[in-house]
Amino acid sequence: MEITIQETVFFILAAVIVGCSILAVTTRRILRAATYLLFVLFATAGIYFQLNYSFLGAVQLTVYAGGITVLYVFSILLTSTDNRHIEKIKRSKVFAGLIAALAGAAICIFITVTHSFGSYHLTGGELPVDAIGKALMGTGKYQYLLPFELISVLLLACIVGGILIARKR
Amino acid sequence: MEIRMEYYLIISTIMLFAGIYGFFTRRNLLAVLISVELMLNSVDINFAVFNRYLFPEAMEGFFFALFAIGVSAAETAVAIAIIINIYRNIRNIQVKKLGTMKH
Repeated sequence: MEITIQETVFFILAAVIVGCSILAVTTRRILRAATYLLFVLFATAGIYFQLNYSFLGAVQLTVYAGGITVLYVFSILLTSTDNRHIEKIKRSKVFAGLIAALAGAAICIFITVTHSFGSYHLTGGELPVDAIGKALMGTGKYQYLLPFELISVLLLACIVGGILIARKR
Repeated sequence: MEIRMEYYLIISTIMLFAGIYGFFTRRNLLAVLISVELMLNSVDINFAVFNRYLFPEAMEGFFFALFAIGVSAAETAVAIAIIINIYRNIRNIQVKKLGTMKH
């Protein structure tokens, strides 16, 4: 059994995602949590590239890793009052959260592993950007002009709302 | 050995439940928001993986992941605006101090 480069990359990405997502919710310092979140988002973009969805990976890199993480870091720096004050968490709360998360994860992973998805295999090459653009701008069946317009209105509303909420009076 | 679809699903399940654990236990509003971000991201992975493995000729999962990324970016921007506004008013973003917003 030889290990191909595809599998090597996949296992590295899997290790980064699992390790960093657990560290992001268990570390006490919030700036470190934001940094671990950034690593998780990078590895997710790597998974999209591996699935041959380069456009989705590029969107993930620009929107999430480029935009949202910067927003998080700036707002953490704006709202951090005292660096030596590290948030204390009650032990019973941690225990209850751990039980809930582990039980849920166990059930979901059990169902995923035992369920048979039928026969499938990774087919199809790169999704062409031409097809993406035509599906995004068309009005026919399986085309997405209406959600596209809806999300543009949503983003406009978010810009207005964000300015209205965060401005100084 | 082939990379099976279940491997991706297990990764995204672990990411989702790490987010749920953080959502239950963290006491800082920004840390709660980071946990929500983890959950949304794991769902995007599921959309892309199901589309690629089970329906490789369709594009529904791809576009749902694309729109979910846009919606979560908008949600984050508004939530951070609200958090900064809260910080301006009560100089604190711990969850248990938020009861003072009512007065």
